[in-house]
Formats: sequence, C-alpha cells, structure tokens
Amino acid sequence: MQQIVNGLTLGSAYALIALGYTMVYGVLRLINFAHGEIYMIGAFIGLIVGQSCELPFSLILAIAMAGSSVCGVVLEGIAYRPLRDAPRLAALISAIGMSIFLENLALVIMGPQTRAFLIPFEVKQFRVGTLCVNSFDLLILVTCVVLMIGLYLLVHRTKIGKAMRAVAQDKDTARLMGIDVNHVIRVTFAVGSALAGAAGVLVGMNFNAVDPTMGTMPGLKGFVAAVLGGIGNIPGAVAGGVVLGVAEVMGVALLRSEWRDAIAFAILAIVLLVKPSGILGENLQEKV
Amino acid sequence: MLSAYYYQLFVIACINVIMAVSLNLVTGCAGQLSLGHAAFMGIGAYTAAIVTLSWDVPFVLALISGSVSAAFFGLLLGLPTLRLRGDYLAIATLGFGEIIRVAILNLEITGGAFGLRGIPKETNLPIAFTSAVAVCLASKRLTKSRFGRALIAIREDEVAARAVGINSTFYKVSAFVISASCAGIAGGLFAHWFRYLNPSSFAFAESIEVLSMVVLGGIGSPEGSVMGALVLTFVPEFLRGLSSFVSQYRMLFYGALLVIMMLIRPQGLVSADASSKGLHLADIGKKGRDEDDDA
Repeated sequence: MQQIVNGLTLGSAYALIALGYTMVYGVLRLINFAHGEIYMIGAFIGLIVGQSCELPFSLILAIAMAGSSVCGVVLEGIAYRPLRDAPRLAALISAIGMSIFLENLALVIMGPQTRAFLIPFEVKQFRVGTLCVNSFDLLILVTCVVLMIGLYLLVHRTKIGKAMRAVAQDKDTARLMGIDVNHVIRVTFAVGSALAGAAGVLVGMNFNAVDPTMGTMPGLKGFVAAVLGGIGNIPGAVAGGVVLGVAEVMGVALLRSEWRDAIAFAILAIVLLVKPSGILGENLQEKV
Repeated sequence: MLSAYYYQLFVIACINVIMAVSLNLVTGCAGQLSLGHAAFMGIGAYTAAIVTLSWDVPFVLALISGSVSAAFFGLLLGLPTLRLRGDYLAIATLGFGEIIRVAILNLEITGGAFGLRGIPKETNLPIAFTSAVAVCLASKRLTKSRFGRALIAIREDEVAARAVGINSTFYKVSAFVISASCAGIAGGLFAHWFRYLNPSSFAFAESIEVLSMVVLGGIGSPEGSVMGALVLTFVPEFLRGLSSFVSQYRMLFYGALLVIMMLIRPQGLVSADASSKGLHLADIGKKGRDEDDDA
C-alpha cells in the first residue's frame, strides 16, 4: 500500500509531463524531444523565484508555469513552425537539437552542480494506519489533479479546446472551418509546457534537487507514459503516467533499484506488443 | 604522418560512417525510424571484447562474433516490433536501447558501471577504413538491388508494396538484422580501439547522434550518411579547436547547428532525389502525416 501511494505521487508527475507530449503529438504528430528540457527550465525558474523572494508555494508554481509556457511558445516558433511542412524526421532532429541546446544553455548559465530546492513550508507526516504520507506528497497529488481537471475543462468546455480537438483531428479541415491553426498550436505548446514546468517544480522540491540534466530521464519516461496510455489521448496520458509510476515503484521494491530505468521500458515493450495503440488508444485502421 | 589526435579522429570517423550507413538502411531505405541503434553497437562491442578477453581469439573472429550477436538481437527485437508502425516502432527501439544499457550496467560479465578494461588494441586506421568502405559498398549495392527496391517500396507505401507481392515483414526484418550486424562490427572496432568499454558510451544520446548524421546527410542516401557522419565527427572537434570561447560552449553550438541545419535544408546535405529520379525519397515523414490525416 505504501508503495502504491509513493507510486501515485511519482506517477502524477510523469502524467503531467506526458500530457504535454500527448497534446503536442496530438496537434503536430511530433515527438517534442525538448519537452524534458522545458520541465528542467520550469524547475529552475521555480528555484530562482523561490530563492530570490519569499513567495507562497502557489505563486512560485504559477510563475514557473508561466515562464515555461513562454519558453514552449518561443521554442515552437523558432524550431518547429518553419518545419511544419518539412519531412517529419527533420522536425524530429530539430527537436533533438533544441533539447541539446537548451540543456547546454542551462549548463552554461546555471553551472553543472545540483542545487537544493527547499520546500517553502514545513512538511508534516501523516499516519493513516500503517500508511505514511507526508503533506508534500499530498500537495503534489492535489496539484496534479487540479491541473488535470483544469486541462480537461480547457479541452472540453472552451472554444479554444474545441479548436484544439479539431486541429488534432484534421489540420486542413480545421483551417477551412476558420480556425487559426497557428494560434491553436501556440496555445497547445503554452499549456503543455506550463504543465511540464509545474512538474519540474514539484519534482525538484520533492527530491530537493535541480540540475541542468534533470530533464532527460523524466522526459523520456513522460514520453513512455504518453505512449503507454495511447499517444494523442489526454486521459490516456494520465493513466499511462500513473501506471508507469506505480509499476516503477513496485518494481524497485521487488527487484533491485538499479533496474529501475529498465522497468519503465520493459513495461512499454510489453504494452506495445500486446496493444500497440496503448492502453486507452483507439485502434486506427490503416487506410489506403 | 598523422598526429595521434588526428589518427584517433579518423578511426572514430570510420566507426561513425559504419553506424550511419547501417542505420540509413533501416531508417532511410526502409523508412523504419530506429532510436536504439547504439544498443546494437554496444552489444557488438561487449561481445567482441568479452570473446577476446576470455578466449584470446583472432581479432577478425571477435569482430564477427560481435556482429553475429548484434544481428541475433536485431532479429529478436525486429520480429515482434517491426509490426508496429512509425512512432511506435521508434519508441519500442528506444525502450530496447535503454533496456540493453541498464542490462550492461547491471550484469557481472560486462563489468557493470566500472566498465570493461584491458581489451587489447587491435583496431587501426587501415582496418577501420577497410571496414567502413566495405559497409558503404555493400550498402550501395544493396540499395540498388532487388532487395533495396523492395525496401524503398515498403517505405513509400507498405500496403501497396504488400499488394504487389513484397513480403514486407521479411524485408524489414532482414534490413534490421543486416543493419544491426554492421553496428556490431562498428562496436567491435570501437572496443578494440579505446580498449575500455563503459555502458554510457551506448546510451540514447549516441543513438540520437547517429540518427542526426543520417538525417543531416540526407535521409535515404548512403553518400549522404557518409557525409553526415564525417561532418558530425569533425565539426565538434573543429569547434573545440577554434577558440576557447567556442570550445567551452561546444555542445551549445552543436545543438543550435542541428536546428539551423534543419531550418535551412530539411532534406539534408545530399538530397537523395538526385540519385533516383521520380522517387520522393526526402518525403518519408510527409507520407506518414498524410496517412494520419486520412485516418
């Protein structure tokens, strides 16, 4: 049980990252390899803001989210928009280049050392029977759930959300219907990056560590979570993240912790073999 | 003669050429995006090194055994995963690469995180160069053969290829196995040049670098892959020598260069259209997108 709680915390962070991947993939059919770096940037913004002025947690989170969403939009404008009609692999390489660039930019600006990221309030331990939960784990869970509900409302209840779904379905038709596709893609990047930034702050505080290379592994795993749930599918990303987080924590508890990173990918391999479109993905029939 | 520094650089260039040309066979010709190519190189490198260290076999035999074991893993991975399409295959190969890396990191026989030491130095420039040329010529012949045309047909439209009687699974898996075996040779050369192996040499970043070489050079064209491999081997070193400022921010420029290169010339340095008229070789991704639009 304790492992499940830990897994849920980890999984909800993965889910936040996975949401950004899935949203971008949904509208652009592009694996945004620089997404993990946006997550890292979010963590750094949170760190700098938190250190320079005494702000409540919610404000730090909000500023980090805003900052990373601006980064996401700039990234899209520079590296992806000009390649909208280029071969897909070119956009992929551009994304990889951006990821290398941002990681090294952070190394140059912030230095290679790992920085401590203190939680700006006192963490309390709760005991429920044999379970041990601390207030920060709860905060992570609550924040993630709130953000996900917000995203759900955005996608399903607002005009821009409807436009996003239209663009994801068919870009050209959406354009014919008078939707400003570029604007929708910009908003998608903004929202996805904000979620990644939030995940960066939460994970950075949870492990009390922020460094320029922190984005690589969570970035990959967020992507795995997105594929696991069925890429392009928003509830799927959440499910994939949670499944991945719980499985990873359970796997570490059962096996040796050195195999941790392999567990995520082994699960991925199994899911892909059994149901290639992911847990909640629709089975697209290939049309001629 | 060449200084030790350039000698090493040329050996690395040859190894990179083998990697890029072999990946081009799968990703360029057959259109199957693989993100785990470095894992095959790792398997080849470790197998060759372990074979040499345990039985002291001749170098050629060590290279062959590395190549065979990489090919075996290629078959193992290829058979189930090549049924997957596009991005799913990419992510499956990525996962495979990570699993191999973690396995190398945790197994006894590979020396774990300490790596494998004391491998005799057998690779030299003539051997590396001969292997690179052999792989290039083989790949060139292969793409011009019936086999290569089948791969290109699969890439352009798999359903249509199957309709005209091409056994697409057979061809895709064969291409994958051949490509893995070449990467295994590259791994063997690598192991016997550096004399030390470490799991992080074969991580995801390495696979990505090889893929960048293929795409930068011009996807689908063996000449392009050679060019891409040479450029991406020498440019970072050239940046290192340029000035202390540039050398300090070498990787920063490298990332920026990749992006700028794609923005200016997304089809790569050598466009494959030049070599075979009428085929839109540079449009691999586009096809995928149109398909998605139809669906």
